[in-house]
Amino acid sequence: MTTTTSGRRWRTRLGPLAGVLPFALLVIFFLVVPTLVVVVGSFLDASNAPTLGNVTALGESIIRDAYVRSVVISGVTALLGAIFGALLAYAVATANPNGALRRVVTAACGVLAQFGGVMLAFAFIATVGFQGLLTVLFRDLGLDIYGSGWLFDTPGLILVYTYFQIPLMVIVFLPALDGLRPQWREAAETLGGSAWDYWRRVAGPILRPSFLGCTLLLFANAFSAYATAKALISQGSPIVPLKIDDAINGEVIQGVQNLGKSMALGMVVVVAVVMWLYARLQKRTAKWLR
Amino acid sequence: MGDAPGIQPGNGLRHRRRRAQTIQRWIVVAVLGTFFLLPLVAMAEFTTRGTQGRRNLDTWRLLVNFGQLNVDYPQLVDGVKMSAGLVCLTVVMMLVILVPTMVWVRLRLPWLSRPLEFICLLPLTIPAIVLVVGLAPVYAWVAYFLGPSSLTLVFAYTVLVLPYAYRALDAGLSGIDVKTLSEAARSLGAGWATVMWRVVVPNVRSAVVSASFLTITLVLGEFTVANLLSRNNLQVAINLLGKRDAGVSVAVSLTALLLAFALLIVFFLVTGSGRRRRVRGARPPLSASAAAPLAPAVPT
Repeated sequence: MTTTTSGRRWRTRLGPLAGVLPFALLVIFFLVVPTLVVVVGSFLDASNAPTLGNVTALGESIIRDAYVRSVVISGVTALLGAIFGALLAYAVATANPNGALRRVVTAACGVLAQFGGVMLAFAFIATVGFQGLLTVLFRDLGLDIYGSGWLFDTPGLILVYTYFQIPLMVIVFLPALDGLRPQWREAAETLGGSAWDYWRRVAGPILRPSFLGCTLLLFANAFSAYATAKALISQGSPIVPLKIDDAINGEVIQGVQNLGKSMALGMVVVVAVVMWLYARLQKRTAKWLR
Repeated sequence: MGDAPGIQPGNGLRHRRRRAQTIQRWIVVAVLGTFFLLPLVAMAEFTTRGTQGRRNLDTWRLLVNFGQLNVDYPQLVDGVKMSAGLVCLTVVMMLVILVPTMVWVRLRLPWLSRPLEFICLLPLTIPAIVLVVGLAPVYAWVAYFLGPSSLTLVFAYTVLVLPYAYRALDAGLSGIDVKTLSEAARSLGAGWATVMWRVVVPNVRSAVVSASFLTITLVLGEFTVANLLSRNNLQVAINLLGKRDAGVSVAVSLTALLLAFALLIVFFLVTGSGRRRRVRGARPPLSASAAAPLAPAVPT
């Protein structure tokens, strides 16, 4: 091969790259640059000199507590969402595949999982807020379910998050349940196995990686949620996304200018690890879904 | 083995199991259904409250009276307009950028397909609250060049929908032979624009519809980026309104939720009928896989 053909080869290889230019520009300016701003900014101080101050500041008690609370809320709502979501998904999976139940539930879950956020916060304020439907009903019966405003604190977040975690679980877990062949259950029964044997030895082991993976996805989902908490929480910033909001809006701890960026970086690390595990578990599930 | 006499007790067992399953199913659906419907019912109840325990529709009457609404709640009307504009712009930008890029990579740059997938799925691991931290300086420049309009959020939103749009379009494009189709069209004298819009797109129409639908729901529900960049959209307006007039903001929330349900029903009708026409063999109708691309990893 001569140099001219190799030169032409480069041109034929690089020429078509112009076709992906618009996409590349969009991604560079609105995905790569912002990510770099977060990553690089985490290690710079106010005068743009390298520092580890932002990262070590994550260990301060206020920030650490916010991370712990975020992890606890995400973990609890992921588990609740996974359990109730799996039950609902199983109810749907065993129903008539052409039936109304399946259609209604999957459609409703599609909307409710997507529409967390502000609207959901108001839905719960209308339900168990100070003047909410249930609060008023129970007040007439002499019961106080409003308490000292638990809806606007951590318990409220757990309740509202669970509301959008269950539909998400239904959507992501249903394919795994659909992958369970009726023949496997029949085979287990023919061989004399009880329902318990079937669940413990056949369905359980097949569904376990998918169930764990979906739970992780739910965890990441709750961990990165911001809108619901912003609309619901009136005092303080108990969880990390709200702390980042504070940092962006100028409420910084003395001397730690880029704390918002290091907290954001911390979130990316947590979500990336969780999503990586999720992807691995999904791969193990995939072989049963053929 | 299966055809052996053992099938008789097997049938009885199966029958009993099916009855037990039906009962369990309705218990689960009833309990969880109540949990899901209660807040929606409470919203409807909340917005029809009058004085002294009477019901009235004042809130809803106000909501359909755009002139009055514009005077009383200008930010809400502006937010609705911004969200409507952003929905249109984002769908157009997503399709105009992503479809040609994905087709081009398939045809001419196959070595780029894995990196493209990686980049498109990247926003799943970068929550919106994180992205917005880095977007703040970028949007300082956007405001400098394009002005402070909330519609400039279209760039950030196109990035946010990349994972969902990519998956939907990828599923569609994998189902057709893009290479043969485009070579056939090219050999008949078609230009690239014709190949894109008259050959490829009509063949992946249901994927385009589902990518667009996902974009619409994501943009309608987006709050994080708009709020933190101090722009206005439907969700930002609802949130601000909640501090002033809970009745109206609950009514708007309920309307937006019902609108989303309506959109989804339209979506299932469109894609359902589209798929039924070219069904080959048995397909489980409305399987979870049809709803799977709807799964948001980071919705709020």
